[in-house]
Amino acid sequence: MKLRTMFAILSARIVQKACRMAGRQGVTLAGKVAWKIDPGILEKLAKQVKKETIVVCGTNGKTTTNNLLCAALEAEGKRVICNHTGSNMLYGIVTSYVLAAKVNGKLEADYACIEIDEASTVKVFPHLTPDYMILTNLFRDQLDRYGEIDTTIEILKRAIEMVPDMKLIVNGDDALLAYLAEVSGHETNCFGVNEPVNTLLKSNEVRESGFCKKCGAKLEYEFYHYSQLGPYHCPKCDFKRPRIKYNAADIRLENGLAFTVDGKQLEADYRGFYNVYNILAVYSAISSLGVPVTNLEAVLQRFSPENGRNEKFRVKNTEILLNLAKNPAGFNQNIDSVMTDTREKDLIIVINDNAQDGKDISWLWDVDFEKIDDERVQSIVVSGIRGLDMRLRLKYANIPSVYIEDVKTAIEDRIQNGCGNLYVLVNYTALYSAHKLLKKMEAGGKV
Amino acid sequence: MKLRIGHLYPDLLNLYGDRGNIQCMKKRCEWRGISAEIQEYRLGDRIDFENLDIVLLGGGSDREQRIVCEKLKKIKSDFKEYVEDSGSVIAICGGYQLLGHYYDTSEGRMEGLSLVDLYTEQGNPRLISNIVIQNDHFSMPVVGFENHGGRTYIGENQPFGRVVFGHGNNDDGKTEGVIYKNVIGTYLHGPLLPKNPEVCDYLLKNALERRYGNGELMPLDDKEEIEANTYIAKRFPG
Repeated sequence: MKLRTMFAILSARIVQKACRMAGRQGVTLAGKVAWKIDPGILEKLAKQVKKETIVVCGTNGKTTTNNLLCAALEAEGKRVICNHTGSNMLYGIVTSYVLAAKVNGKLEADYACIEIDEASTVKVFPHLTPDYMILTNLFRDQLDRYGEIDTTIEILKRAIEMVPDMKLIVNGDDALLAYLAEVSGHETNCFGVNEPVNTLLKSNEVRESGFCKKCGAKLEYEFYHYSQLGPYHCPKCDFKRPRIKYNAADIRLENGLAFTVDGKQLEADYRGFYNVYNILAVYSAISSLGVPVTNLEAVLQRFSPENGRNEKFRVKNTEILLNLAKNPAGFNQNIDSVMTDTREKDLIIVINDNAQDGKDISWLWDVDFEKIDDERVQSIVVSGIRGLDMRLRLKYANIPSVYIEDVKTAIEDRIQNGCGNLYVLVNYTALYSAHKLLKKMEAGGKV
Repeated sequence: MKLRIGHLYPDLLNLYGDRGNIQCMKKRCEWRGISAEIQEYRLGDRIDFENLDIVLLGGGSDREQRIVCEKLKKIKSDFKEYVEDSGSVIAICGGYQLLGHYYDTSEGRMEGLSLVDLYTEQGNPRLISNIVIQNDHFSMPVVGFENHGGRTYIGENQPFGRVVFGHGNNDDGKTEGVIYKNVIGTYLHGPLLPKNPEVCDYLLKNALERRYGNGELMPLDDKEEIEANTYIAKRFPG
C-alpha cells in the first residue's frame, strides 16, 4: 500500500511538470492521476495535518478568504496546505495535498485551508473530516449546475451532517446560512456587520429569497448591505439573525477599506464592501482557532489577491485591473468598485459559458449594468464565447458596446487606443487565460 | 398609445432573469414611441386584469412555486376571464406549469390555474440544456435555455414550437411549450424575449390589437438581437 501511495505522489508530480511545460496549470489532472492510482490518498495525507483543517464554502469570496487565511496562518509561523489556485473540486483538492507531500508519503503541515465547491462537499468531506467550515454567502450562481439554490442548501446540509464535530463560522447577515447553521445544531460562531454603511450607489439588484426557511413567511429586514445581506427577523416564528460574535464596525470604503473588529483596526488596499466580509471571515477563523492574531494587519498590507481577483497590472502606460465577476451579486459589487473610481476608464467584459462558468447565462439580466451608464466610462468592449449576449444585455440598458470576439485582441486594442485606465471583468473560465495574458504583457514578453 | 404589463410575484418567481423579459418589452415599446407601464404584483395584491395588456408569470424554485400556488385560487376566475378575452400572457418555467391543471411532485400535487388544458409531472433527471425550437410563424428559430424537472403534457393544444435542439415539454423531445389564444407558455428562459425579438413583438402586437384594434408595429433595427440569436442557432444545429 505504501508503494502505491509513493507511486501516486510521484506520478502527480510528473503530470504537473508535464502540464507546466505544455503551458497548462494541470491542477486537476495531477490530483486525478494520484487518485486513480491510490483512492485512499486524500484520507492518508489529510490525517497527517497536525492541527485543524478549515474548509471555505459559499458562492462568492471563497478564494480570497481561503488564500488570505492561509497567508495569515503562515505569518504566524505555521505550515499550511492550501488550494491556492481556486481549483476546488475533488481532484483539485487532492492535487494540493499530493504536491505538498514528500515522495515517501509524509506531509509536514500544521493546518489545511481548503476551499470547496459547494456541490463537491459531499464527495470531499468523507476523506477530509474538516474541523471548521467557513460559510461566506449564498447567491444565485450557475443555476444549470445546481438546479436551484435550494438544492445547494440541501447539499450543504448533508455535508455538514457528515462531520458531526465540525464547527461552523458563518456570515450571520445571510439568512440562508444562519438557517443552515441553526438546523445543523453544530457549534457556530457568526460574523457580520451590525450598522448600515454608506455605500455607493443605490441599487436595484435582484435579491435571493427573502423568505423564512423555517416557516415560509417573508423575512423583515432592517436594511440591506447588498444583495440579501443585512439584519433580518421572521415576523411569524422565532427565526432571526443570530448573535454576531465578530462585528465589523466603523467601516470606511474610500481609498481601499478599513474597519474595526474586537477593537482592532484593520486596513487593506482593496476595493469593495464584499472584501470586508472576506477579511472578517478570516479574522473570525483565526480567533476561533485560538491562534494569536498578531500579524494580520501586516498580512493585509502585503497580501496580493491571486489569480485575477482584484489584481493590478501595468502594460505600457495603461493601468489594468482584472477581476472575477461570475454572478449577479459579484458583478454588482464589481460595478460599484469600478464606479467609485472617479477617473475616466475603459471597460472590457468577457463572458464564457463553459461548464465551470455555468452554461446558463440568463443571470446577466439580473446584473445592474444600468449603473455603468456614465460618461467617465469611455468605452465598453464585450468579448468571450457569449460576448454577443453581453452586447445585447447592454443594448437594453441603452449602453453601446463593441464586440471583439478574441480576448487578446480586445485587451491589446484598449491598451493601444484606450484612456490608460482599464478594467477587465471576466467570468470564471476566462480568468485563467486573461490572467496569463496580462502577466505576459506586463513582463513585456511576446504574447 | 400605452401598454400595461403586469409582472406577477417577481419577489417569488424570478429565477431566470425574468427582469430581462420585462425590460425587453418595455424598451421595444419605448423605441416605438409606445409607453409601457410595468406593474409589479406581490402575493395578496388585488390584480386588476381589466387594465392589463400583458401578464408575465415567471419561474421560481419548487418551494416558492408552492407558496404562490396556494394563493392563486383567489385570482383564478379573473385570470381565466382575461385569457378567454384574448389577454396576452407569457408564462415561463414554473409559470408555465402553473398555467395547467396541476404539477405532480414527489411532495404532492400543486394545483394550477387551469387556464390551459395541460398538466405536469415531476421527472428525473432535470432537463438542462441550451434549446432551439422552430415555429413557422416566426422567421428566426426561437432560442433559449431550459432547466426543468417537470414533464409537461399539452394534449391537443398547439405547441410553442418544434424542438430542433434540446428537450422541450417532456422526454419525447418533439414539442416545446404551448400556445393557447394569446397565451404563450414555455420552458425557455435565457431570458426568452431579448434574443427572440419576433416573440416579443408578437406579444406586443396582440396586446395592441386587443386594446386599440391596431397591432401594427414600426420595424426596429435588430442587428444585435439577430446576431445573438444566430450564434446559438448555429452552435446547436440539432
